[in-house]
Amino acid sequence: MSNHLKDLKLKIWRQSGPAAKGHFEEYVMPEISDEASFLEMLDVLNEGLIGENKLPVVFDHDCREGICGTCSLMINGQAHGPERSTATCQLHMRKFKSGDEIVIEPWRASAFPIIKDLMVDRSAFDRIIESGGFISANTGGAPDANLIPIPKSVADAAMDSAQCIGCGACVAACPNGAANLFTAAKIAHLNLLPQGQAERYKRTEAMVETMDEYFGSCTNHGECEAACPKEISIDVIALMNKDYRKSKLKNRKEISRN
Amino acid sequence: MTITLNSKIPAGSINDKWNTYKEDAKLVAPGNKRKFKVIVVGSGLAGASAAATMAELGYQVDVFTFHDSPRRAHSIAAQGGINAAKNYQGDGDSVHRLFYDTIKGGDFRSREANVHRLAEVSVNIIDQMVSQGVPFAREYGGMLDNRSFGGAQVSRTFYARGQTGQQLLLGAYQQLARQIGLGNVRMFNRTELVDVVTIEGRCAGIVTRDLVNGEVVSHSAHAVVMATGGYGNVFYLSTNAMACNVTAAWRAHRNGATFANPCYTQIHPTCIPQSDPTQSKLTLMSESLRNDGRVWVPQNPDETRPASQVPEAERDYILERLYPSYGNLAPRDISSRAAKRSVDSGRGVGPLKNGVYLDFSDAINRLGKDVVEERYGNLFEMYERIAGENPYDMPMRIYPASHYTMGGLWVDYELMTNIPGLYAAGEANFSDHGANRLGASALMQGLADGYFVLPYTIGNYLAPMLNKPIPGTDHPAFKAAELAAQARYQGYVDIKGTRSPDYFHREVGRIIWDYCGMERTQQGLEKALSELPALYEEFQKDLRVTGDTESMNQTLEKAGRVDDFFQLGMLMCRDALEREESCGGHFRAEYQTDEGEATRDDEKFAHVAAWEWTGDPTKSIRHKEELNFEAIHLATRSYK
Repeated sequence: MSNHLKDLKLKIWRQSGPAAKGHFEEYVMPEISDEASFLEMLDVLNEGLIGENKLPVVFDHDCREGICGTCSLMINGQAHGPERSTATCQLHMRKFKSGDEIVIEPWRASAFPIIKDLMVDRSAFDRIIESGGFISANTGGAPDANLIPIPKSVADAAMDSAQCIGCGACVAACPNGAANLFTAAKIAHLNLLPQGQAERYKRTEAMVETMDEYFGSCTNHGECEAACPKEISIDVIALMNKDYRKSKLKNRKEISRN
Repeated sequence: MTITLNSKIPAGSINDKWNTYKEDAKLVAPGNKRKFKVIVVGSGLAGASAAATMAELGYQVDVFTFHDSPRRAHSIAAQGGINAAKNYQGDGDSVHRLFYDTIKGGDFRSREANVHRLAEVSVNIIDQMVSQGVPFAREYGGMLDNRSFGGAQVSRTFYARGQTGQQLLLGAYQQLARQIGLGNVRMFNRTELVDVVTIEGRCAGIVTRDLVNGEVVSHSAHAVVMATGGYGNVFYLSTNAMACNVTAAWRAHRNGATFANPCYTQIHPTCIPQSDPTQSKLTLMSESLRNDGRVWVPQNPDETRPASQVPEAERDYILERLYPSYGNLAPRDISSRAAKRSVDSGRGVGPLKNGVYLDFSDAINRLGKDVVEERYGNLFEMYERIAGENPYDMPMRIYPASHYTMGGLWVDYELMTNIPGLYAAGEANFSDHGANRLGASALMQGLADGYFVLPYTIGNYLAPMLNKPIPGTDHPAFKAAELAAQARYQGYVDIKGTRSPDYFHREVGRIIWDYCGMERTQQGLEKALSELPALYEEFQKDLRVTGDTESMNQTLEKAGRVDDFFQLGMLMCRDALEREESCGGHFRAEYQTDEGEATRDDEKFAHVAAWEWTGDPTKSIRHKEELNFEAIHLATRSYK
C-alpha cells in the first residue's frame, strides 16, 4: 500500500516568456502519495494553483512512459533527477522523503531557450537530424528486407544508439552545453548499418557541422552519459570523431568532382 | 448536406482490387506535382510517412503537430512489433492468412477490400523500413527475427526490442526531416488544429492555433490529411500519451465528416493496474510478453500467500483453460474480459485486488534468465520502475486499460472521408480493424496508409484539379472559422468558474469507463446519456482556465480537448446503445452465449455505423455502410 510524503518544499523556476526575467518561487506540497510520479506531483500542484486562481507551472511532458523524450527538468541540479537511466516522467516520489526541498529548473543550455517556466525550445536537435540524420531511401523500390544480412552484434550495437529519445538531458548536463552524445548516437546508429554506408561521411560531416552551429564543444566531461535516460555510451562520440576526421579526406574527393 | 457513403471499392477479385485501382488511378505528372499543396495534420507513423512520401513525389507539403518536434508523436510508445506477411519463418504465412486473421480478429466488422490491401502492402513496409535503417531484431545469421502475437498461429511480427514503435517512428521522422531539410516540407511545431474549412462541398484547408503565442491562422490547400491518432483518452485513464485527443477528427466531424463506429474501443489486457488516485495515465506492458508469460489467478478468492507459494493445483490459468488452442495469445478483447471476470469474481491480485498475474517463472526455467532478459529486459525494467516489484522474482500484475480506438473518421477505399479532399489515415480513420485490432497491426496500418496508400489515392483526386484556382485564406469561410475559434478559446477563459479542465476530464472519463468500457448494457448506456449532458452543462458554466489566450497556456489547450471529449463521449454511448449485438471490443452484456462469449447479429448489424453531426451529439444521425463478405465467410469467432 502506498505511503504519503509530507511537507515537500518545492523551489520552481518561473519565467513568463523567453525575454522575461525569471525567478524561483517556493511552494509547499503538504502531502503526496509515494506511488505518484514526479510529474503527477506537479499535476497536483497545478490543480491547486488553478484552485487559487493562479497560473499553473508550464512544463513539457507527454507519454509518461520514458520513450517520447518530451519531458525534461533539472531536479536538484540533475537532469531528469536522481534515479539512474530514468526520465523525469518515470521518476516516482518513493525516491524522495518527507520534508525534502526539491529545486526544479528547466534544461540549462543556451541552445535550448526558455519558452515559459520549465518549457524550452529544443528545435536545434531537429536541425541536426534534418542536415543528415537519415538514409536517403525514397518510398518504393526497396529490396527485400533479408537481402543484406546484418550480423546480430551490428544490429544490436545500432539499436543501442538508436534508443536515444532526443530529450536533451545530455546537453543540459554538459558544462559546455554540447550535443555530442545526441549527434553521435544518431551517427553511430546509421553509420554502423550496411544501409547507412553510402552517405556515411557526408552525413557525419553535415551533422557535426550543424551541431557546432548551435551547441558548445565537447571536452570529455562524460556528464552526458551519466544523465542519459537510455544509458547511451560516450563510445559513440569516439566513433563520430573518427568518422568526422575521415570525412574531411573522403568528402574532399567528392568536392573536387563537382 | 446529404450524406452518401460510397466506399468506392474497385471491381474484381479480392486479390486484384488494389492492382486494378492503381492501374486505373489518374496521375499527376512529376513537373505538375509542385503546383499542389497538401496539408498533413499529425506527425506520427501515418502522418510522417505520408508527408515524407508526398514530398519525395514533388507535392508541396505542410505538416502540423502540437508537439515540440514531429518525433514525439505517440506512435513512439508502441512496444511489441509490426506484422507483415513475409513468411520468413516458413510457417505457412501468406497475404491471405494475414488478411483472414485481421478480418476474423476484427470480428467481421471491417471492410474486406481495405484489409486485403493492408495485408498486401505489409511486406513492402518491412523492406522500406530496413532500407531506411530501422534496426529490427536479427538472428545470429543476420536474418530478421520474428515472434508471434495474439490472434495469429504464425510468427509474423517484426520487432526492435520492446521499442518497435520508437524505431519505426524515428525512421519515418528521419525521412520527414530529410524532406524538411530539402525544403520540400514546411513543418509547424507546437501548432494545433482548431477547425477544418469546407468551401463548396470540398475541404479547402484548416485553421490552427499557435500554442506558444495563441495566434489563430488559416491555411488553404488542395487536400488535407488527418493523421491525428485515436480518442482513447476519452476514458481519462488510458495508455495514451497525455496530449492525445480527438479535437482534429472532431472538428472535421462537426464540419460534415461522418464519424464511424465510435463505440469500437480496445481495452488492452496487459497494463499495470492503477495504484493511486493521483494517477494520470496507465502504462502498457507489451502484448509480446504473453508469448512467454502465463496469465493466472488463485483459485481461492481469499488467497493471501505470495504468488510463488501458491501451488500449481490452486492456480487457475484462465486463458489456457478457456482457450486451449490460442492459450495466452487469445485476442485482446477476449483476454481483457477474462481478466475482468476474474477480478469481478473477487480473485484479483495485488494490494487493491485489481489485477491478474502474468508469470514468467516457467519461461525463466525453460529458457534461462538470459534469454528472457534479452527478449523483454527493458519491459521488465520499466515494470519495476513503476510498480516497484521485480518481475524476475515475482509475477507481474496486469489489468486491462483503454489503449486503442478502432472507430474514427469514416473513409472510403481511397482513405477519403465523405468530404472531398479530406483524408484520414492511421488510427484516426475507422477502416481496417473492425471491432477489434490485433496486436502489432497498428504500426502496420499507420505505415501502410502513409507510405503505400495515400500517395497513390491523393493523386487520383488532385489530377483533375490541375491549374484550377482554389479558395485562398482570404475567403470569408476561413475568416469566419478564425473568428469562431478565437471566440471559443476566449470563451473558456471567460467562464471563470471553479473547476479545472482536469477535474471535468476525470469525471467524463469515469462515466465513459463505467458505462461504455469493457462491458456495456442498455441500462448503463442510458444512464451515461443522462449524466453526460448534465456534466457538460456544468463544464460550460463552471470551468476555470487561468491565464489568457495570447501566451502558452496548457490549461486552455486542455479545456478545448475536454470539450470535444464530452461531445465524442455522448456519441460513443449512443453508438454503443444502438448496436444491439456484441462484437470485438464492443461487448453488450445482453448479447452473449451461456459461456460468456460475444454474440454477433450479422442479420441486423453487419454494417458500419457512420454518424452525421447535427449540432447536438445526442441527436446525431446514424448512416449505414453495409459490409459485404465475398472472400471470407462470416463465422463465429472461436479461439478455443
